[in-house]
Amino acid sequence: MTMTERPPRTAPAGPSVGRPIDRVDGPAKTTGAARYSAEYPYPDLTHAALTHATIARGRITGIDTAEADAVPGVLAVITHRNAPAMRPAPSFSMLDLSTFASGTSVNYLGTDEVHWNGQPMAVVVAETRDAALRAAALVRLSYEELPATVDFAGAEKDARPQKNSALQSGGATKGDAEAALAAAPVSVDLRFTTPPHHHNAIEPHSTTAAWDGDRLTVHDGTQNISWLRRHLALRFGVRAQNIRVIAPYVGGAFGGKTMVWAGTLLTVLAARVTGRPVRMMLTREGVYRTVGGRTPSTQRVALGAGRNGRLTALIHTSVTQVGRVGGGPEQVTSQSRHLYDVPNILLQQNLTELDALSNTVMRAPGESIGTFALETAVDELAGELGLDPIEFRMRNEPERNPIDGKRFAHRMLREAYALGAERFGWADRTPRPGSMRDGRWLVGMGVASAYHPSWQFAANVTVRLSADGRVLVRCGFHEMGMGGATAQAQIAADALGVPFEAVRVEYGDSTLPTGPGAGGSGQTASVAASLLTACDKLKGSVLALAGRSRESPLRGRRSSTLEARDGGLWTGPAGESYATILARAGRDSVEAAVGSDTRLGAMTGQLRFMSKFMLDRRRWVKAACGAQFCEVRVDPVTGEVRVSRWTGVFDVGTVINAKTAASQLRGGIVMGIGMALTEETLVDPRSGRIMNPGLAEYHVPVHADIPPLDVHYLDEPDPTMPLGLIGVGEVGITGAAAAIANAVHHATGRRVRDLPITLDKLL
Amino acid sequence: MRPFAYVSAPDVATAVRAIGTEPGAKFIGGGTNLVDLMREGVERPGTVIDITALPLTGVEELPGGGVRIGALVRNAHLAAHRLIRNRYPLLSQAILTGASAQLRNMATAGGNLLQRTRCPYFYDGAAACNKREPGSGCDAMDGFNRNHGVLGVSDSCIATHPSDMCVALAALDAIVEVESVRGVRRVPMAEFHRLPGDTPHLETTLAADELVTAVELPALPVAATSRYRKVRDRASYAFALVSVAAALEVDDGTVTAVRLALGGVAAKPWRAYEAERILLGAPATEESFRRAAAAELAPATGRPQNAFKIELARRTLVETLRQLLTEGSAA
Repeated sequence: MTMTERPPRTAPAGPSVGRPIDRVDGPAKTTGAARYSAEYPYPDLTHAALTHATIARGRITGIDTAEADAVPGVLAVITHRNAPAMRPAPSFSMLDLSTFASGTSVNYLGTDEVHWNGQPMAVVVAETRDAALRAAALVRLSYEELPATVDFAGAEKDARPQKNSALQSGGATKGDAEAALAAAPVSVDLRFTTPPHHHNAIEPHSTTAAWDGDRLTVHDGTQNISWLRRHLALRFGVRAQNIRVIAPYVGGAFGGKTMVWAGTLLTVLAARVTGRPVRMMLTREGVYRTVGGRTPSTQRVALGAGRNGRLTALIHTSVTQVGRVGGGPEQVTSQSRHLYDVPNILLQQNLTELDALSNTVMRAPGESIGTFALETAVDELAGELGLDPIEFRMRNEPERNPIDGKRFAHRMLREAYALGAERFGWADRTPRPGSMRDGRWLVGMGVASAYHPSWQFAANVTVRLSADGRVLVRCGFHEMGMGGATAQAQIAADALGVPFEAVRVEYGDSTLPTGPGAGGSGQTASVAASLLTACDKLKGSVLALAGRSRESPLRGRRSSTLEARDGGLWTGPAGESYATILARAGRDSVEAAVGSDTRLGAMTGQLRFMSKFMLDRRRWVKAACGAQFCEVRVDPVTGEVRVSRWTGVFDVGTVINAKTAASQLRGGIVMGIGMALTEETLVDPRSGRIMNPGLAEYHVPVHADIPPLDVHYLDEPDPTMPLGLIGVGEVGITGAAAAIANAVHHATGRRVRDLPITLDKLL
Repeated sequence: MRPFAYVSAPDVATAVRAIGTEPGAKFIGGGTNLVDLMREGVERPGTVIDITALPLTGVEELPGGGVRIGALVRNAHLAAHRLIRNRYPLLSQAILTGASAQLRNMATAGGNLLQRTRCPYFYDGAAACNKREPGSGCDAMDGFNRNHGVLGVSDSCIATHPSDMCVALAALDAIVEVESVRGVRRVPMAEFHRLPGDTPHLETTLAADELVTAVELPALPVAATSRYRKVRDRASYAFALVSVAAALEVDDGTVTAVRLALGGVAAKPWRAYEAERILLGAPATEESFRRAAAAELAPATGRPQNAFKIELARRTLVETLRQLLTEGSAA
C-alpha cells in the first residue's frame, strides 16, 4: 500500500526547480481517490469512540457501563478496570527524539486519575461508528473531585523561568536592559495577551489499527511516521520493525498531528482488546478535548530608544502554559534575539503549570504570538518617535545577530521591506492615525516583520534510476497538503537531468527509508539535502559503470566535470544517456541510498545529525524572514474590522515550486488573520472545559474575510542550505497579527494589545 | 445519537395527528438545527415526523398586497423571491446574512422560527442549563456570555434567539399560522416567542402538537424602504452580536411610518416598540434616532462580557436609520 504518484502530463519540460508545477497528489484529492486514515477498508472492521471526563482533576469512583453495554452492536466498553496495561510514556532523551512524541504522560485507561477536563476515560468499540458514539455517551462516570488549577490568568503569578535545554533556551541577556530602558529618552513598556488557539485541520484525527499476532498496521494521519512507530513500539511492547505506519495523505495538521495523542493509542489498544481491526475518527469536539493546542500567553515588551531612532533597550518576557501531564515551552521571545540591533537585551520565557491538557506545537509555535507583541511594540515606539515604522526598523536592522554577534546565513529584510513598500503602495499612507477614509470606512495600513528559524533534520532517502530512464525516489516523509512530493520530484529531476514526469516519489509509509517529521518548516530542506547527496552518489555509480567500457565517451571522466541533462551524463558535447550506460552494463537499474535504517545506522545518523545541528547553530543564524503589509477597514460605528489588502514579501531562499510555496505563505497569512481578529479557544476558568469545541463557535476566517493576498518572495538562495532553500510553512503566520493590529491603530488611533481584536475592543 | 422512529407525513392532517399520538415526537423540516441538537443529545425525540412532503412550499401574493409564505419554503428560495425582494427587502437581506449557502438551501421558514439558542452551556451536557434541564442552574451567568442577551433577560437565563429571519419578521408584524387537530391558529410574531422568565425551556407559545404551516406578511408600504444590518465577528457564518431590522418612511422631514426590531439581544426577536413610538411623527434627524435608540435600550442590562451590546445596539440602530434616510434600502 505504498503511496505512489504519477506527475500530471501537463508538467513543463526542462529544468523543474522553481516552476509552479501542479501538485502530483492534486488529481487524487480532487477526484476523491485519495484515501485518508479513516477510509481504509478492512474485513471485520469495528469502530471506536471515546468517553471524556467532565472534571479537571480527581478520581473515578464509579463507572456504570450498563446502558452502553446494552446498545446493539457494542463489542466492548474498555475502561481502567478492564484495559490491558500500556507501558508508560517515555521521558525525553536527546538520543532518541521520538521520545518527544508523547502527547501527554498519562497512561490512558491505566489509571483512575483525571488530569484534565476532557481526558478519555473509556473507549467503546462497536460494529458501527454510530453505535460506538451513542454508547460512549451512555457511559456514566462518577468522580471524587480534587482542587484544580485551570485558569491561566489566575496561574500567571505562579510562573517559573523556563530552563535552558540543548534545543531551546528560556532566556538571554546582553548588557543591562532595565537600566537602559530607564535611561532612554523615549520608551514604551507594554503588556500583551493572546488566547489559546486550536489547529482545526479539516481532517479530524483518525486512526485505523489492525493487529496480526504481534504485528501491527496503523493508518494514522501523522506528521511523524517514525516517531509514531517508535512510540507505539514502546507503549505496546513490540518491536518497531513489527509495526507498519501508513500515512500517505494527511488532511491538514499545522502541528496538531506531531505528537501521539490519546485517540491513536486507544485505537491500537482497542484493536488489541477486541482482536479485530478498529477505526476511530474523532469528533471535532473529541479533537479539542484530546489534542493540545497553542498556549495562551501574557507578554511584556519594553523598548527604549534615543531620539535618533536607535534602540537602546529591548525587554521581552512571556508567561505561557504547560499541562502538568505534558506540553512544553513555546519560543515566544525567539524572534526578539534576531530582529533588532540593540545593545541591551533581556529575554525571559516563564512557564506556569495547569491541570489542563498539554499545549502543543501549532504553526510557528512561539514566533506567531511573539511577533505579535514585539512588532506591535515596535510600531508603538516608532509612533512615539514620530518615525515611519519601516524607517524605524531599517535604522535598527542588524548586521550580525544582535544577541550574540553570530553571522546571519541569509538576511534580506531590507530588500523585503523595500519591495513590499513598492508593491503595496506604502508611500500613499498618511501617518496620522484616523487620517485615511474610504466612504464611511476608516482605513489603516500597518506593517510588521515576519521571522521564523529554519530547521533541518535527518532524512534517509533512496534513489533508483531504471534503464528506461525513470527515477524512483523513496523517503517516508509526509504530505499534509503542502506539495512535498511534487517539490522532491522537481529536485530529483534537475539533479539527474531527467524530465519531471520521469520521477516518481514514494512517501508516507514506514516501510520506506525513514523521513524527517513534517515540522519546523524543515521537511523539504531535510529531504532535499539527502536527496541531492543520493543523486550525486547515483551519478557516481553510473559514471563508474560507464567507465568500465572503452566505448563510453565518459570513460576516464571525473564526476566533478559532469553535467546531468537530457536523461544522461555529459561533459560538454560528449556524453551518453543513462539508458545506454545501463544497457551496456546489463543493468536494469542503479540505486543509491543516504542513511540507514538499521539500529546502528539510525543511531549513527541521529548523532551525526545532532553534531551537525549543534555546529551549524554555533556558526550561523538561519531563518526565513519577511515584511507583512496590510490594509484594514474599520467601521467607525460598530468597530468591525475587515482586512482589505495584503502584501507579504518573504526571504525564504530558493523556491522549489512557485505555486505550492506561495500557497504555504498565503495559508500562514490566513491563519494570522484568524489569530488577529477572530480565533480564540474559550476555556472556562471555573472548570477548565473548552466551551467552543467546534467550527461554528471557534471562528477561523471564512472566505469573505480574506482579500486577495499578494505574496512575493525574493528567491535568493541561502548559501548554507541545500539548494539554498529555507522552509516556507510557518513564516507566513508570523508578523501577520501585528501588521493587522498596527493597521487597526492607524485606522482608529486605538491600540489593542489583547487578541483577538474583536469589535467590542474598538467601540 | 439516540435511535428514533421515522415517519413521513403526506399531508398536514396526517402530520398533526401523528404528533399527537407518537410520544416525544418532533417535526423535521430542513433539520439544520434539530439534527445538530440530536447529535449533541440536547434534543431526544422518540419519533421524527418528516414534513418535507407537505404542500407548504408556496410563496403567494395575498389579496391586498400581503404575502403568504409556506412553512417549508427554503430560506434560499425565500430570500431570492421577487415579491420578498421588492416589497420586504429587509427580510431578503436578513435571510442572506444567516448561516451559509448550503444551510440556507436546506433550512425552512417554519424551522427558522424554531431555532434554539447557540449558548455553549445549552449545548454542553456537562454544564448547568435551565433551558436544557429546568432547575439545573445557569453556567452562562458567570461564564462565557459575550454573545448573550441584554434585554428581557431573567435570573434563570440570558440566552439569545439566533435567527436573523425572525428579526425581520418581527419588524414586519408577520402572522404565524399554526395548525393542530384542534384547528388553525394565527399567532402574531410578537407573541410567538417568549421571554425566559423562570421557564426558559418554554421558548414559544406553540403547543407541543402544533405545526407551523405558514407565515403571512401583511401589506406594509413602509417595508419597501427597509434594511437589515447584522454586526458579527466575521464576515460570514457567524451569529449576530447585534442586528437591526428597520423600515422607515419619511414625509417632509417627518417620520410617517417606522418599524424596528433588534436581534442578538434577547431570547426573542426584539420589536423596538419604544423607539418606534418616539420616532413616529418626530423629525427624521439623527438626534431623533439617538433619542429613540437610547430609550429602547434604557432597560437593557449587561454583564462584563456583553455590556458592549447595549452601546453597539444603540449605534447600529441609529446608523441603520441614518442609512435608510440617506441611501434607502440598498444594503
